[in-house]
Amino acid sequence: MPRLTAGARHRVAFTLNGKPVSLDAEPRLLATDALRQQLGATGTHVGCEHGACGACTIQIDGEPARACLTLAVQLEGRDVRTVEGLAPAADRLSVLQATFRRHHALQCGFCTAGILISLDAFLRTSPNPDEQELREVVGGHLCRCTGYTAIVAAALDAAATLRGEPASSVNRDPVHV
Amino acid sequence: MRPEAITWTGQSVERVEDAALLSGRGRFIDDLGVKPGTLHAAILRSPHAHADILSIDIAAAAAMPGVAAVVVGADLAKLTTPMLAGLKIAAENWPMAVERVRYVGEPVAIVVAMDRYLAEDALDAIEISYRTLPCVVEPLVSIAPDAPLLHEKTSGNLVSDRRFRYGDPESAFAEAAHQISVSIAYPRNTGSPMETFGVVAEYDPHEGVYDVLANFQGPFSIHAVLSRALKVPGNRLRLRMPPDSGGSFGVKQGVAPYIILMAVAARIAGRPVKWIEDRLEHLGAAVAATNRVTTLKAAVTSEGRITALDWDQVEDCGAYPRAPEPATLYRMHGNMTGAYDVRHVAIRNRVALTNKAPTGLVRGFGGPQVYYALERLMQRIAVELKLDPLAVIRANLIPGDAFPYRTASGALYDSGDYVRAIDLAAADGRLAALKRRRDEARAEGHLYGIGFAAAVEPSVSNMGYITTVLTAAERAKAGPKNGAQATATVAIDPVGSVSVHVASVPQGQGHRTVLAQVVADAFGLPWQDIRIVTELDTGRDAWSIASGNYSSRFAAAVAGTAHLAATRLRDKLARIAAGQLDVPAEQISFAGGAVFAKGVPEKTLPFGRVAALSHWSPALLPEGVDQAIRETAFWTPPELTAPTEFDEVNSSLCHGFIFDMAGVEVDPKSGKVRIDRYVTMHDCGTVLHPGMVHGQIRGGFAQALGATFYEELAYADDGAFLTGTFADYLLPTATETPDIEILHIETPSPFTPLGAKGVGEGNCMSTPVCLANAVADALGVSDITLPMTPGRVAALVAAEEPAPPANRSNRPAASTKAGDRTLRGEGQAKVAAPPEAIWTMLLDADQLAAIIPGCHGVKKLSDTHFTAEVTLGIGPVKGRYKAEIKLSDLDQPKAATLTGSVSGALGTGGGAGRITLTPGADGITTIAYTYEAAVGGKVAAIGGRLLDGAAKAIIGQFFAALARRAAPSRPGFFARLFGRRA
Repeated sequence: MPRLTAGARHRVAFTLNGKPVSLDAEPRLLATDALRQQLGATGTHVGCEHGACGACTIQIDGEPARACLTLAVQLEGRDVRTVEGLAPAADRLSVLQATFRRHHALQCGFCTAGILISLDAFLRTSPNPDEQELREVVGGHLCRCTGYTAIVAAALDAAATLRGEPASSVNRDPVHV
Repeated sequence: MRPEAITWTGQSVERVEDAALLSGRGRFIDDLGVKPGTLHAAILRSPHAHADILSIDIAAAAAMPGVAAVVVGADLAKLTTPMLAGLKIAAENWPMAVERVRYVGEPVAIVVAMDRYLAEDALDAIEISYRTLPCVVEPLVSIAPDAPLLHEKTSGNLVSDRRFRYGDPESAFAEAAHQISVSIAYPRNTGSPMETFGVVAEYDPHEGVYDVLANFQGPFSIHAVLSRALKVPGNRLRLRMPPDSGGSFGVKQGVAPYIILMAVAARIAGRPVKWIEDRLEHLGAAVAATNRVTTLKAAVTSEGRITALDWDQVEDCGAYPRAPEPATLYRMHGNMTGAYDVRHVAIRNRVALTNKAPTGLVRGFGGPQVYYALERLMQRIAVELKLDPLAVIRANLIPGDAFPYRTASGALYDSGDYVRAIDLAAADGRLAALKRRRDEARAEGHLYGIGFAAAVEPSVSNMGYITTVLTAAERAKAGPKNGAQATATVAIDPVGSVSVHVASVPQGQGHRTVLAQVVADAFGLPWQDIRIVTELDTGRDAWSIASGNYSSRFAAAVAGTAHLAATRLRDKLARIAAGQLDVPAEQISFAGGAVFAKGVPEKTLPFGRVAALSHWSPALLPEGVDQAIRETAFWTPPELTAPTEFDEVNSSLCHGFIFDMAGVEVDPKSGKVRIDRYVTMHDCGTVLHPGMVHGQIRGGFAQALGATFYEELAYADDGAFLTGTFADYLLPTATETPDIEILHIETPSPFTPLGAKGVGEGNCMSTPVCLANAVADALGVSDITLPMTPGRVAALVAAEEPAPPANRSNRPAASTKAGDRTLRGEGQAKVAAPPEAIWTMLLDADQLAAIIPGCHGVKKLSDTHFTAEVTLGIGPVKGRYKAEIKLSDLDQPKAATLTGSVSGALGTGGGAGRITLTPGADGITTIAYTYEAAVGGKVAAIGGRLLDGAAKAIIGQFFAALARRAAPSRPGFFARLFGRRA
């Protein structure tokens, strides 16, 4: 990595959700601020700025990373994925997103982006997880609303659907009489 | 009037909110754009718990790049007045320190700059001179006559002392077979929403209007406090809320003081100003639940029947009694007897001020403090009278045929069947299984216990309950306060589609979905067709003081009011349709998107045609119908009356019921508590959306789990705040949060339009004490202090065990006192130089400058007095400090005492150490040292866990540098020789 001058702005170019983006960043600019304030990708949220809550988790070259502990200049040349890149189309939801909705796995939704990003990465490499493994993954995130039960249930359901098994009927109350 | 056909209400439909939140399209305050030219604020906060501000020098900060304004307390005092509080006392309630700081984290200055980075840079350049004052952090100490006084204009830190008497408690106690009591100290904790506070403020100097966007949650009684503090009429403080808010749990009431600060900053800067709170600011200074010291006594018969209760509560509201405090102490006033039929009650309520952050709304709001005492007492009654704990609870319950039930202190419990709820919870083998598991575990030598808790969960607060803190005479003078105005607007547009607005700003509860269900049922429409707006704009929307989202009032009050507004509009549409179809209005019905005459299938109109008529052909409106375009309903329950002259108060409209039972196993070595089973039975009246109700219960349980085992906003004895990160203030994660069994019965409230009651707060009240009762049962102990950290639980186990054998080293006495965080250490270093040479180095400014880690220069003020500038990094915080070092007790060249202090923007520290120099063989001197030190400010709040190691590392670096410098020719050898122990 080239040596950067503290006060100067440096051109940073990377791929965000499959599209090339670039911005001018001081070396101290956090990746969270670059994504949110400069690129308008506000779906990634900032909950603690010390790497504990996980709300800001993004994927860098497919690996989950805390954007609040990442400098914008570290994204140079990388492939970055955020919550805005999870759905197959603007008016659709991914399997994981849809199971979150079906299981009421979110309330305020502030922490949700980070959890989706971590689970998305995990389910790609571990398509057949058990509940404890999923609790460990979700355990890297703080959610203050749900008590986690519905999140873990949604993740289990999403994994089954992604494996091609029929969606579970858990929590699917009859919608209409 | 109830809906004719309930189609959607009560179904767990998928939430309308979720697609946007799941795909990154949420609209939280920091996701919204701001006007070009908006400036960004950062806040400098006090590192001291109690100190006079002698001077503030902002010149260097104001001259820094990008800085537009620096605002200090004197500027604030020119443009505003202190905030009103519920107590009529002489303490001035400023949102930023004016002349004196009273808690660590109190705002002292605001920098407004081009961006947040530049604003934070400038904070470091503000020079403040403090004179520290003695401080007090414990409420019982603070109300003692000789305690340091927080507010000079008051006569003491005890700012309210009220006694209440209902029935004849004295006689009941005199006649009682037994008197049983508990004493508890409930700790400080908080809701800690994942989104912190945010404010964007602007000032129009011509119209004199403050326009503020903030993720405030209500109650909007605070709007009156804010406009008064800003010295404008209410119509010149336009307060707006963003569409989404990232959780609140009561806490976002506390954004109010920052609304004042940013409004003033924007006025002074002449530009819009935006501020987003960071997590350290939030944990240290946003909103804490009150810590409370309670002694609760019961007069009890031999059968375990309680005849009287005697409460003594000392509430700690922190440094300022900020509105709506002391509401935490009074919210439960009507239901201080919980689920029990007790007619004789004495209550003494005192409010103390301490050098800690101000308190306010936190989920449970007064309930955790009350039920921890009450339900621990129930367990103690059973233990002391050798009765079954569940039998003691059952013997005292309000009977099912007694509702509506008026409590001794004035609450009117709307509905319930507590006995049936408990029986159903215990049924189907649930209680039997718990007992079996306990017996089996105990037979194998494990520590297993069962806990119970019964709680009445109040919702829809009476806006008048807070005035119970005043005497009847004071209330008469101030005028009666009561009620709980809720409001909702339902509107029909020219193509007949329906929109709804409510003055209740959600923070994730799913209001828009439930309102769509409720309103759709009124009109016989699909719920997906109804559009709901929940953000509030006080300059435009219908609202009142009770507006907002708190005291679990949504389902009971707000959804019910939306139903009323929709029903009114529906009744007008029925009259319009009756005219069109030529049938009586009573014959008109709404279903499936159609309006029709019952029993006459051919007399049917599309809903949209009837609904749009008021827009397109008002001349066709029937006699007596003005329009069917928009209805705004206000609803306040008549049961919520002002406190009586005897201090009886119906503090809440609805009273749900919870019964919890849990089985836990304690690991005696680690002190870890494993929750084996947890069953929670709820009666929240009519359930509007089962999925959301379960979400509320599980979320409340998880927060309660944190309060039970992990969470405490901890302060040191010197007022330093110790838990400023999520590594210190521990929220439960998915790996600690067990799944629970949720059960329901429904006794609809007769006082709410839909029969619903609040549900979200109950487990915050019942769960901590249920688990504490289980641990008490497992260990056979009487005193349980929250949070039950492994260290505390292990200490309880150890206290119960026989003394360990002498040859076994003691279990590390896990510090059960958060206040003691003195750093202590000792060590030694070997230096290849004679003592005299080392002694000379230690007294030489230039030599010291080279030896002290991170030193930028040392000034020698006298032979034994030095000052230095140093940069130190401790964990995540690296900062520049001014150090002052004095030498005393000199015994040249053998020993000296060093006393030092450091101060900087990131915190303060002080300590003392003794150094001895002992000559040895080969010209090697052994330097031995001992030290004691303490730190405060930001470093203490976020680096606490790292301080011990950091201190040792820095001292190690100092002696390593000394060794190198004293014998530069043999670094390798002495690097090897260098050793230390601590």
